[in-house]
Order: sequence, then C-alpha cells, then structure tokens
Amino acid sequence: MTPLAATAEPRGVSLPVAVFNVIRKDLLIEWRGRARINATLFFAVMTLLLFSFAVGPDTTILARNASGYLWLAIMLASVLSLGESFRIENENGALEGLRLIPVDPRAIFLGKAIANFLVLFGLGVLLIPVAIALYGAKLDAGVGWALLVLLLGCGAISAPGTLYAAIANQARARDVLLPLLLFPILVPALVGAVKATQLVLQGDPMGQLSAWITLLVAFNVIYWFLCLVLFGRVVEE
Amino acid sequence: MIAARLTQVSRRYGLHWALVRMSAELPSGHSILLTGPNGAGKTTLLRILATALSPTRGSLEIFGLSPKTDLETVRRKVGLVTHKSHLYEDMTAAEALQLLARFDRSVDAKAIPQMLERVGLSSRADSPARTFSAGMRRRLSLARVLLQHPELILLDEPFTQLDPDGVTLVEEVTRELKSRGATLVMSTHDVERGRALCDLHLHLVAGRAEPLMPLNATTPLGSDA
Repeated sequence: MTPLAATAEPRGVSLPVAVFNVIRKDLLIEWRGRARINATLFFAVMTLLLFSFAVGPDTTILARNASGYLWLAIMLASVLSLGESFRIENENGALEGLRLIPVDPRAIFLGKAIANFLVLFGLGVLLIPVAIALYGAKLDAGVGWALLVLLLGCGAISAPGTLYAAIANQARARDVLLPLLLFPILVPALVGAVKATQLVLQGDPMGQLSAWITLLVAFNVIYWFLCLVLFGRVVEE
Repeated sequence: MIAARLTQVSRRYGLHWALVRMSAELPSGHSILLTGPNGAGKTTLLRILATALSPTRGSLEIFGLSPKTDLETVRRKVGLVTHKSHLYEDMTAAEALQLLARFDRSVDAKAIPQMLERVGLSSRADSPARTFSAGMRRRLSLARVLLQHPELILLDEPFTQLDPDGVTLVEEVTRELKSRGATLVMSTHDVERGRALCDLHLHLVAGRAEPLMPLNATTPLGSDA
C-alpha cells in the first residue's frame, strides 16, 4: 500500500496533448457508434433530395441554388452531430468526470470543436459530389477552392455549435433549444459560405470570392476565440 | 489539519434549498460517516466537496485551498465515487482507465491491468461500458479513485447495487485508503456497515448539519464537555 505522502504529485498534461486526447476520444466514440454517423449522412442526403423534389425538374434553378441547398443540408445535419457529441457527455456524467480529473475546459472545448469540425468536414466532402450530381452543378473554380470554403464553413458551424450544444445539453428541451440558439448566430457564416460556394460552382468573373472568404475567416477567428473563452463558464456553472 | 471547511454553505435547486447555511470542519486523516434521511442534502454536500457543484452561497476550502482560486489543485486532491459512473458507453473498461492516465500523468498506465484485476473486472476489460451492470460501473469508479491517489475520497452510497463480493471490495478499499492516510467521507443508508468503517459521524437533516460527533460518543468533536 502506498502512503499518500509517498505518492507522486499528480500532474496534468499540456494543453495540446489534452486537446489531442479529447479529439482521439471523441473520434473513437464516433467510430464505435458508426450507425449515428451513417444516420446523419443519410439525413443530409435526404435533405438534398427533398430540395430537388420540392423545386422540381428545372435544372437551371437547381444548379443556381445548389450552394444554398448544400449548406442548408450541412447546417441541419450539424444539429444532429453536435447534439450527439454532447449527449454522450451527458449520459453518465462523463463531462463531469473529465472536469473532475481535471481536464482544462479549453482542452475540452477545442478537442470537441475540432472533432465536430472533422465530422462535419467529412460529411461535406461526401455531400459535394452528391449535390453536383443531383443539381447538375459544376466545380468551376476547382476542387481546392471548394474544399477551402467547406473548411471555413464547417469551422464556422463547429465553434459556436459546440458551445451552444454544451448550453443546450443542460436544458430539458435540448433538441429544440440547440437550433433555436445556433441558427441565428450562424446567419452571417451561412450567407458567406453559400455565396462563396456559389462563386466556386458558377465562376467568379467579378473577383468576389476573396471577400466572402475573408468574411468566413473573420467569423471563424471571432467565434473560435469567443467560444474558447466562454466554454469554461458554461460547463462549470 | 482540516481536509474540508464549509462556511455558511447553501445550495439551491430552483426554489428548493438542498443545503442551508451549513458550516462544518472535516478533519483530515479521518473517515466520516455521512447520514441523513432522503433529501437531507448528502449527495449535494458530497458534490460540493468534489467541486462538481458550486455553492449558491458560502465558501468552501479543501486542504486550505479555495476552489475559486485553485480549482485544478483542489480537484487533484479529491476523488468522487457516485451513482454517476462518468463512463462513455462505447469505451471499454480498460480504455476508460487509459483515458484517465492520458490526462493525469500521476496515473500509471501499466498498473491498469492489475487494477482491473483488483476490482474484479479483468475478464471484462475489453467489454464496452454499455454492457456493464450498475455494480460493475461502481467497481470501475473505485478503480479510478485508487489509480488517482486523492487525499479526500467521497463515497456516495458505495454499497448500493453491489453483490457481496463488491461490498467486501469496497470495505477493503476503504480500509486501504484509511491506512494510506486519506480522508474519507461516506454517505450510506447502511449505517451499521458505515459505523464499522468510519470514526466520525456527520448527520444531516433538511439541509442542515448536526455537530460532527465521534462514533459511539455522545459529545460533539472538539467539545469540552
């Protein structure tokens, strides 16, 4: 038996290591619960299909609005994946367990937000070809620009989405509360992502793409910083 | 030395006050039996001591440190075993303890297989937590506490949902922790078993604490009478 006085002083790990551990833990759980990811992907594809049914067979309208349909599908699906990422934390008080180890709340936020981003980005990568096939759109500006816009758009959803999922997780009507809190905040990012994607798909003769990308970068910088600062208060209160 | 000092601590849930202006000093190196009827505030008190909950009013010190200014240090000194298993359903027992070791460098990852053996879960080390009974989850919580070597251990109804072997395990672990010099606070309705393991008694009634008493004594601790 080890007397307490002789035990090594407990020491935490550095912030980057803690962030990496949270990401690894979240992605492992996502992988183990693949049925949930499959359901989210199926939901997003169904949303894209429903838009095409609702608009009808007019390929011109479908192609013109493809970027809007794509981002609405990603945004609606994000509610499922963000809510799920905190449901697993709530289930047995797992988040409380992390806090009591203790794990730095900044590491929990960054780890979960990056894991959510990776899931959303992966979903977006799968949805772009589906949207192109369904709506007859073309990648006029090339794959690289499309991936950059997707990266910034998913980042813009993930940071506030993780914070608001943590808030909504503490409420009874969490499934309803998350979109009510999140969607109004995401309007500038949605507009920026849709416009930028539209320019990537339909060409950018006026050189507007960089302005929309700047908006998305600014949104990401502001919200990743704000949410990082606020997350500790949310999970400790 | 004082392990925990509560000064005028109150905790409210909505309109209900679970703890009301509670003041107490829990001496270190002792094991304290926490009793009280349902709704007396035992779990709330343990969760406040563990810093899982903040008091609505009043102040708390753990080994002279305030959670408001030294939260991380305080949390490293406290271990909580409660009905919440703190487990991820899709992670195995071994992975749950490895996750702990990845965040706390004082936890020896090599000791995990022996610890699982100790708590009787070695045959289920690679089973996901979702297949575990409540008693097995409780055993895994005990393993976490044993690996982290906290100085103040809070046990909330540690005997519930355990089979006879599990109860014996809790008793052994409690005695081991006491021999290490740890401070224990144990909330249980199994008063006889608690009395055999503890030397002090704190009784709560309707969110208020009666004076801390040595077990089998009629005068409060620190009283001149």
